[in-house]
Amino acid sequence: MFHPNEKGFYGQYGGAYIPEMLIPNIEELKKNYLEILESETFQKEYHLLLNDYAGRPSPLFKAQRLSDKYNTNIWLKREDLNHTGSHKLNNTIGQILLAKKMGRQRIIAETGAGQHGVATATVCALMGLQCIVYMGQTDMERQAPNVARMRMLGAEVRPALSGNRTLKDATNEALRDWIANPTDTFYLIGSVVGPHPYPDMVARLQAIISLEIKQQLKQKVGTELPDYVIACVGGGSNAAGSFYHFLEDASVRLIGTEAAGLGVDSGETAASMACGDIGIIHGSMTYLMQNEDGQITEPYSISAGLDYPGIGPLHAHLKDSGRATYMPVTDEESLQAALELTRLEGIIPALESAHALAVLPKMNFKPGDQVVVTVSGRGDKDMKAYMEYFKLTE
Amino acid sequence: MNRLKTLLDTKKDLLSIYFTAGFPQLNDTNTILQALQKAGVDFVEIGMPFSDPLADGPVIQKSSTQALANGMSLQVLFQQLADMRQSITMPVILMGYLNPVLKFGMERFIDQCAEVGVDGLILPDLPYELYHEKYRDLFEARNISNTFLITPQTPSERVQMLDQNAKGFLYMVSSAAVTGATTGLNQFQLDYFNRINAMKLNSPKMVGFGISDRSSYRQVCQYANGAIIGSAFIKMLEESKDLTVDIKNFVASIKG
Repeated sequence: MFHPNEKGFYGQYGGAYIPEMLIPNIEELKKNYLEILESETFQKEYHLLLNDYAGRPSPLFKAQRLSDKYNTNIWLKREDLNHTGSHKLNNTIGQILLAKKMGRQRIIAETGAGQHGVATATVCALMGLQCIVYMGQTDMERQAPNVARMRMLGAEVRPALSGNRTLKDATNEALRDWIANPTDTFYLIGSVVGPHPYPDMVARLQAIISLEIKQQLKQKVGTELPDYVIACVGGGSNAAGSFYHFLEDASVRLIGTEAAGLGVDSGETAASMACGDIGIIHGSMTYLMQNEDGQITEPYSISAGLDYPGIGPLHAHLKDSGRATYMPVTDEESLQAALELTRLEGIIPALESAHALAVLPKMNFKPGDQVVVTVSGRGDKDMKAYMEYFKLTE
Repeated sequence: MNRLKTLLDTKKDLLSIYFTAGFPQLNDTNTILQALQKAGVDFVEIGMPFSDPLADGPVIQKSSTQALANGMSLQVLFQQLADMRQSITMPVILMGYLNPVLKFGMERFIDQCAEVGVDGLILPDLPYELYHEKYRDLFEARNISNTFLITPQTPSERVQMLDQNAKGFLYMVSSAAVTGATTGLNQFQLDYFNRINAMKLNSPKMVGFGISDRSSYRQVCQYANGAIIGSAFIKMLEESKDLTVDIKNFVASIKG
């Protein structure tokens, strides 16, 4: 019940609300993705690259001092140790192999924080393919180190100049590019958003996270089922990957945390579940932030990776069905959580991941609980925000 | 039989103009409609502005952003069009993205369209399959025709299928591009027009995207029932000091 039907719907969410110009490309992808993803040759190449290139499996680390503080057992799934510094590479490795098998030479992508852009530019360099990344101009400024990384990797970074100039606008530009370049281009989407089959495809490629958690937890504590899995949600790819193999295990409580910005009632927020309602964004029916006329609202979050007014349709379905719970986290709470992890465990997390850690004080864990928190990325790219907030240069 | 079908069945070399409702000023919608009819345009598409128009190029995007800032909404648009049929005799089509329509309520939307005298709709992000499954009965009950797009990449079987289900015309997207991309017709496009013509479709065809002047209009009229001009018209509106005069001159420059 947690997989999409053949038209790409999770319950009432998802589908492919796309203009006719995109239909041939989406149909081709729909026809091929499952067969390719499940083929033996793909699986072999994908896992070889995950192991030898990305450095997987990523560790499941017992955060002892954090566990002591919250009087429970907290495990960190260290996606920040993945090559390029986030979970994003799991997906780009998979999709680049798919693009190659489908004979596409030109790769386009959208990016918010730049982590997906860097992961795309990386696999394009690895495979020798042309790479164009759309990025909102606001994000190019606040995530400048990632822009430089993409350029060093040989990608062209094109600024999106509409709206608030963030992830939503970059996604619009990437879709327009795909409309204008229908025959040679592969659109490598970075999250579990967009028209079917992207949400399902990206979830499958990120599912390695929960597969490893099961194996690692079994090895370390003798059970493969934790009591909680906690992950941050922008579009929701690291959460989808962290939840995927636990969806049918009802005893595992799944918690997604979304970016509340200055607060869910402030008007400056990206909490699409707390503040949004049902509509269509980027080809998919889901929760999104919109005004009474159905115009999409400009989101806000300190975290560029979570600064998106919609959410993947899988998460919309998990929320409605009660299978997962979603909690809003403010800028302030995430910054404090980032500092806490840094000081207690010596790990500087990305601002996105800090949104997952920020719910720890709000939970009522039991001493015997096993709690897994996915640290989706590392914090190097956010040092400017940390320096300003914690006055680190004074 | 509605106005649109009568027109398509009886006239050739049709010129249709797209403009964004509420642009350049909120209350210009009726002025532009009147001026277009007077200038001899055959029918119009009124754009319902959306915050995230993913099939549109920069010119129409910008006009949509401006129209929304001016206060345009579906509610305002239907108020503006309430008395349109007292003077407007040409077919009127509304074009826009699905989300604002769903938020307004599809049933309420179709009712209002029928009430003010809208003849048809173009909803680019509502693909045929979802239209057929969810909304077709509603459209047909109120005699509102839906318009399907075809592109150079649309496979022949799909073109046939869309043709058989079309009530108004097929919207032939002239090339792989968002709106407003400027291109002269190239060999690839001519091959596409010839391929579609050879299929002997039942539906009339209107060519849009990239049609901007008399020569591109004349050229596509050899292959289709007419052409749709959008971005070039919006660009003219942006600079216009006197809408009525400039619209008359614009249409004359295409058709005259």
